Amino acid sequence: MIATGTSPIPPGETVAPATGAASLPGPLRGAVRVFATLWRNRKARLGLLVLGVIVFVAIFAPLLAPYSPTSTSFTPYLGPSGTHFFGTTGQGQDVFSQMLYGTRISLLVGLSAGLLATLAAMIIGLVAGYLSGAVDVTLSFVTNLALVIPSLPLIIILAAYIPSRSVWTIVLVVAVTGWATGARVIRSQTSTLRSRDFVTAAVFSGERLPRIVFREILPNMTSLVAASFFGAATFAVMAEASLEFLGLGNPSTISWGTILYSAQTNNALLTGQWVVILAPGLAIALLALSFTLVNFGVDALSNPRLRERS
Amino acid sequence: MTYIARKVVLFVLTLWAAITLNFILPRLMPGSPVDAALANIASTGTVITPAEKQVVEDQLGVPHGSLLSEYWTYLNNTAHLRFGISYSFPTQSVAHTILEALPWTLILVGVATVLAFVIGTSLGVLAGWRRGRRSDTAITLSATTLSSFPPFWLGLLLLFALAYKLRWFPLGGGFNDGASPSWSIPFILDAIRHSVLPALTLTVTSLAGWVFGMRNNMINILGEDYITFAEANGLRGRTIATMYAARNALLPNITVFGLALGGVIGGAVLVEGIFSYPGIGSLLFIAVTNRDFPLMQAIFLVITVSMLVCIFIVDLLYVRLDPRIRR
Repeated sequence: MIATGTSPIPPGETVAPATGAASLPGPLRGAVRVFATLWRNRKARLGLLVLGVIVFVAIFAPLLAPYSPTSTSFTPYLGPSGTHFFGTTGQGQDVFSQMLYGTRISLLVGLSAGLLATLAAMIIGLVAGYLSGAVDVTLSFVTNLALVIPSLPLIIILAAYIPSRSVWTIVLVVAVTGWATGARVIRSQTSTLRSRDFVTAAVFSGERLPRIVFREILPNMTSLVAASFFGAATFAVMAEASLEFLGLGNPSTISWGTILYSAQTNNALLTGQWVVILAPGLAIALLALSFTLVNFGVDALSNPRLRERS
Repeated sequence: MTYIARKVVLFVLTLWAAITLNFILPRLMPGSPVDAALANIASTGTVITPAEKQVVEDQLGVPHGSLLSEYWTYLNNTAHLRFGISYSFPTQSVAHTILEALPWTLILVGVATVLAFVIGTSLGVLAGWRRGRRSDTAITLSATTLSSFPPFWLGLLLLFALAYKLRWFPLGGGFNDGASPSWSIPFILDAIRHSVLPALTLTVTSLAGWVFGMRNNMINILGEDYITFAEANGLRGRTIATMYAARNALLPNITVFGLALGGVIGGAVLVEGIFSYPGIGSLLFIAVTNRDFPLMQAIFLVITVSMLVCIFIVDLLYVRLDPRIRR
């Protein structure tokens, strides 16, 4: 089902975004249309709002944070109070400021690992779906292999082997393991689109392969690509937190995962500092939740049966 | 080729690829995992016999000749479960350490997966049938929220609230200190009491996949003509939902069983670590914190192979459930 943008608009909804966007260049117009369709879905709208707040916090963290996240000048192990909303760490850092700055890392890892994984999924899925024969068989086998190998253990192993501890190691490791689901979906959609008339017409009119795949076939899969992006981003946020919690992150970067890690190594729960555990976990959950909620709207783009009746 | 023959070929190929991946990974990595591993073991004061040193080198990659002969030695070692010795448990072989922990994880992950399947699927049927109503929104939203919690974090909170504060459950471990594993009733009851919190954590965080899979299948199937026909015949809503729609919606959901298991195993690594549950996950947790590469590599292999076997079994069972695919 190819419903992106051309979907019938439910009664009672305005058509404003489509007409207002008519003067914009092509790709941007597409983005505006996708956004408008997402906004119409209640769950996706909630997700976009939450995501918006998180992005806002990430951008303006230096302005919002009351203290420097690395300053160790406070009394350690303080409980929540008016001056330190979430208390202080064992090293005497302000946890609230760390939480605000940590937003940047989690968002960065989620978005960039999601982007990398989606790029890989797109290329592998499109190539495997368009070219039949040995290429397809090989790529599909690799995709299925990547699907059945338990990803979190693989990520943990990879991160443990790699000596460099940086956020980019985590991004890379997560991207390497997170592309398979998207690739499989994109492959099957590509192989059904391949035999459609408009693709045959493009082949007969002498279009070159990259153009056929990226300009003719790909635009019909916006929702699948978006869905695999948000899926991979959710996975990335969780995987990053897990790696850092295991101590496989860089302990000097401030992220939600490393806050949890140092809280756990300081036995925060046993010393009664449960807020230091509660806050980063809730933040991770909120970010993951916002990605998943947006994905509800994306699902509805491609499957009209899942669309909400308004 | 028949369905079963195709699945057997695919299983063997995947198994080979996974074992080979485990051979390639440590050799691709920068630095030398072997030196790190051997230095670690030496630091415990354990005397490493040349044979043990040889095995560690073969598994993690120190050139002893051509890559091909190395690969052959690796396969041979793996087939005989020779994974060398580890830094974390220097007094026994890696294989022995893993075999001790494996049953604990199999039971924990198995129970959690089955529970999540039963509860999640039932909720999915309900949500799909009552689509757009308040119960649907409640189910989908709460399942989404629960699945967004990092399993290890939820485990920490449950541990804090139910074990540390309320003292309803033990603080960790798989059984009481001093008890030794046996198949006696008191020991099993004790083990169950210890596994409630980890199992609850894993079940709750893996519900969502089942709920959404089932809900989507239900919605698609409820649009089919035979459902309309059943409605036109005046069948009761509950009969249509359970006997007509749910039965057919269930089939595609079962193929996901193997993959869902992977998610639960992933979660189990950190959750077991938090509850110091005596399973594979805790072992991997220990291995990673100690940079114990021989143990790590062997655990990854065992996890992957167990998963492949589970997926294979589900594929075979699927033939019994859906006769259409036998051709």
